[in-house]
Amino acid sequence: MKYVLIVGAKSDMAKAIAREYAKQGFNLYLAARNVNELEPISNDITTRFQRVVQCFELDLTDFDSHESFYNSLPEKPAGVITAVGYMGEQKNSEVDFEECHQVIDSNYTGNVCLLNIIANDFEARREGFIVGISSVAGDRGRKANYIYGSAKAAFTAYLSGLRNRLYDTGVQVLTVKPGFVATKMTENMDLPENLTAQPEQVAADVFSAQQKGKDILYTKWVWRYIMLIIKNIPEFIFKRLSI
Amino acid sequence: MKLSGWGNYPQIESTQYNFSSEEQLCQIVEEHQSMAAFGNGRSYGDSALAKNSIVMKNHNYFLQFDERNGVLEVEAGVLLAEIIEAFAPRGWFPKVVPGTKLITVGGAIASDVHGKNHHVSGCFSESVISFQLLLADGSIVECSRDENKPLFLASCGGMGLTGVILRAKLKLKKIKSNAIVQTTIKTENLKETFEAFERYKSQPYSVAWIDCLAKGSSIGRCLLNFGDFAQDQKFDFVQKKKLNIPFNFPSFALNNLSVKAFNWLYYHKVLNKKSTKKVSIDSFFFPLDAIDNWNRIYGKNGFTQYQFILPLAESYKGLEEVLSAIAESGKGSFLAVLKLYGKENDNLLSFPMEGYSLALDFKMEPGLMPLLEKLDQIVIKYGGRIYLAKDSRMSQSTFESGYPKAEEFRALRKSYKLTDKFSTLQSQRLGI
Ligand SMILES: Cc1cc2nc3c(=O)[nH]c(=O)nc-3n(C[C@H](O)[C@H](O)[C@H](O)COP(=O)(O)OP(=O)(O)OC[C@H]3O[C@@H](n4cnc5c(N)ncnc54)[C@H](O)[C@@H]3O)c2cc1C
Ligand SMILES: NC(=O)c1ccc[n+]([C@@H]2O[C@H](COP(=O)([O-])OP(=O)(O)OC[C@H]3O[C@@H](n4cnc5c(N)ncnc54)[C@H](OP(=O)(O)O)[C@@H]3O)[C@@H](O)[C@H]2O)c1
Repeated sequence: MKYVLIVGAKSDMAKAIAREYAKQGFNLYLAARNVNELEPISNDITTRFQRVVQCFELDLTDFDSHESFYNSLPEKPAGVITAVGYMGEQKNSEVDFEECHQVIDSNYTGNVCLLNIIANDFEARREGFIVGISSVAGDRGRKANYIYGSAKAAFTAYLSGLRNRLYDTGVQVLTVKPGFVATKMTENMDLPENLTAQPEQVAADVFSAQQKGKDILYTKWVWRYIMLIIKNIPEFIFKRLSI
Repeated sequence: MKLSGWGNYPQIESTQYNFSSEEQLCQIVEEHQSMAAFGNGRSYGDSALAKNSIVMKNHNYFLQFDERNGVLEVEAGVLLAEIIEAFAPRGWFPKVVPGTKLITVGGAIASDVHGKNHHVSGCFSESVISFQLLLADGSIVECSRDENKPLFLASCGGMGLTGVILRAKLKLKKIKSNAIVQTTIKTENLKETFEAFERYKSQPYSVAWIDCLAKGSSIGRCLLNFGDFAQDQKFDFVQKKKLNIPFNFPSFALNNLSVKAFNWLYYHKVLNKKSTKKVSIDSFFFPLDAIDNWNRIYGKNGFTQYQFILPLAESYKGLEEVLSAIAESGKGSFLAVLKLYGKENDNLLSFPMEGYSLALDFKMEPGLMPLLEKLDQIVIKYGGRIYLAKDSRMSQSTFESGYPKAEEFRALRKSYKLTDKFSTLQSQRLGI
C-alpha cells in the first residue's frame, strides 16, 4: 500500500488529515520536531485503521537535514502534505527580527527547501501529489498579521509556480487556503462559529480536493468569496481599515 | 463565552479550559471551582453547563484494541461516531448506542446512555470495563466493578459530578454485517402499541414513533421499528436512497398546524401494517444526525426534550394520561419516541427502569412550563422519573421523588470533596 508523507504531523490539522488518508487506505510517514511526541498519534492511527505508520524527526528550519531525511524514507511516498506553519505574535515580529525570521522560515523557506527536493523526485518519477497548507492570510497583507501573511503569500506563489512547472509531468500541486480553523493555533481566539472549520472538515475537504486533482482549495468554501471581496477593496480604502 | 446544550436553552457564560497534558489539567482542577467536563454538548439541557468548562473533545486518541476479546481503550473525548467509523467495517460495534453517534465516550458514561436495545443489553455502563477518573484533589483513580466500585457506580450516570473521566476501556460486540434488517409495524392505538412491544420483546433493537396529537381512541398509535444486524458477513452495505422520513422538515417555525400535518403524513406514509427492509447503520440508529443543527429549527429561544419513564405496571395508565394532557394542550413535537426498557441497574443516578419511556420535544414558549409541571405530577404519581441528560427545568422535589439514591450520591460527592469543585447549572438547581 502506498505511503503519504505528512510534515508538521503534530498539528491538529495534520493529525486530522493523517487520519483521513489512513481511513482511505494509505500508509503514512509522519514527520515533526520531537519525534517521540508523534507516538500517540501513530498509535491512534494504527489502532483505528490498521495501517503502517512510520515517524521521523524533521525540523523544517534545519535546511541541511532535508536531503538526508528524504533519502532515508524506506520507500518513496505517493504524495506529500505539509502543514508546517508558525504565526507568532505580529507585534513581536515587528520588533524582533529573530522572531520575524522564524515566521518566514517556518511558513516559507523551510517548506521551499523540502518541497524542492521532493518536487525533483516526483518530476523524475512523473507521479505524485504535493499539498501545501498556506492560508487566506496570504491573499492580502493586513496589519494584524502581515509578517505571517506575507510568508504565506510567498508560499502560495511558490506553489502556483511549482504547479505550472510540474503540469506536464502529471504531478499535482494543491494549494490549501484555510480560513479559520479550530486548532491549537487559534485556541485562545474567539472565532465566529459560522466561519470556523473543524480540523476534520478541513481534512475531508483536502482529501477530496486532492483526489479530484484540484489546484486551489479554500476551506470553508465561503472564504473564497470573503477573500474575493477583501482583495477587491481599493488600496486607498483598505489602508484605513482595521480588519 | 456563551455555552448551551443541544436545546439552546438555557445559556451560561462559561470559561473554556483546554489542556494539553494531565499535569496541566490537574493544575486547572486544583485552582478552580464550579467546573464540569464538556463533551460534545449533545445533552439537551443544562447537564454540561458549568461556570468553568473543561474541554474534552480534543482528547480523542485511540489507545489500544484487543482483537481477541473486542476490548477497546480510548480517551474520553473520542466520539462514538469515530469508533463506529473505525470498527464497524472490521465487524465490531459499541454494545449500546443512543439516538445520535455524535457524543463522546465521557458523555456516554456520564449519562449512562441507553439505546434501542436497552431491554436486552442495558445501559452504556454494561460495556464499560473500567475508566480513569480525575478527582477534586487532582489524583487520578482507576474505577471498575472491582476497583473503587462506589465511584464507578456513581460516575456511570453521574452527569460529570464525580470528576473528569480521562480514558475508558469498552467492550465492543461482534457484528456480522454493517446492514440492519428493519421491520416497521403500524398500530392504531396505545393498546396495540403495547401489545406490539410485548410481542417483539426478543428483538434486540426496538423503538416506536408515537403520533402525539392523535386524540380519543387513536391515542398512542405508532410506528414500531425493530430489527437487528444482518448475518450476511458483508461490510460494504451502502443505503441507496436517503430515507426522507421522518425528518426532512422545512425549517420554518414550528407551529401546531405544521406539527399536525407532519405527524399525519409520517403516520400515513407507511401503508402496510408490517414491512421489512434492509437499511444502513446510520439510518437505523442515527436518523437525526443526517441533518446538521436540526436543533436550530426551534429558533433562538430553544427547546427542551421531555423524557420520562414509568414503572411497567403503571406505564399504560400513566402514558394515557400524559398523552391526553399533551393532546389537550395542543403543544407537541414531531419527535415522540416510545420505548420499552429492561431491568434497572445499580448505578446511583441512571435513568432507565423496567417500564416504558416517552421522549418528546417542546419549543420554549409561554405556557410550556405549566404544562410540563402538570406532566411532572403525573410522572411522580406513577413512580416514574425524568432523564437528567434531557432536563433543563425540573424541580428538586421532582428529582428527589424520581431518584431514590440521590442522597447516597450527594453523600459520596461530599466525602470526596466534589460538591463545590464540580457543579453545573443542573446540579445547583437540583441540589445534587
Ligand atoms: C439527537 C439526540 C439523540 C439522543 N438520543 C439519546 C438516546 O437515545 N439515549 C440516551 O441515553 N441519550 C440520548 N441523547 C442524549 C445524549 O446521548 C447524552 O446527553 C450524552 O451524554 C451526550 O454526550 P456528550 O459527549 O455530548 O456530552 P455533553 O452533553 O457535553 O455532557 C453531558 C454530561 O456528561 C458529562 N461529561 C462529558 N464528558 C465527560 C467526561 N470526560 N468526564 C466526566 N463527565 C463528562 C458532562 O459534564 C455532562 O454532565 C440524545 C441526544 C441527541 C442530541
Ligand atoms: N488554525 C488556523 O486558523 C489556520 C488558518 C489558516 C492556515 N493555517 C495553517 O495551517 C497549518 C496547520 O496549522 P494548525 O492550525 O494546525 O496549527 P499548529 O498546531 O500550530 O500547526 C503548526 C505545525 O507546524 C509545526 N512547525 C512549526 N515550525 C516547524 C518547524 N520549523 N519544523 C517542523 N515543524 C514545525 C508545529 O510543530 P510543533 O508541534 O513542534 O510546534 C505545528 O505542528 C499551518 O501551516 C497554519 O499556518 C491555520
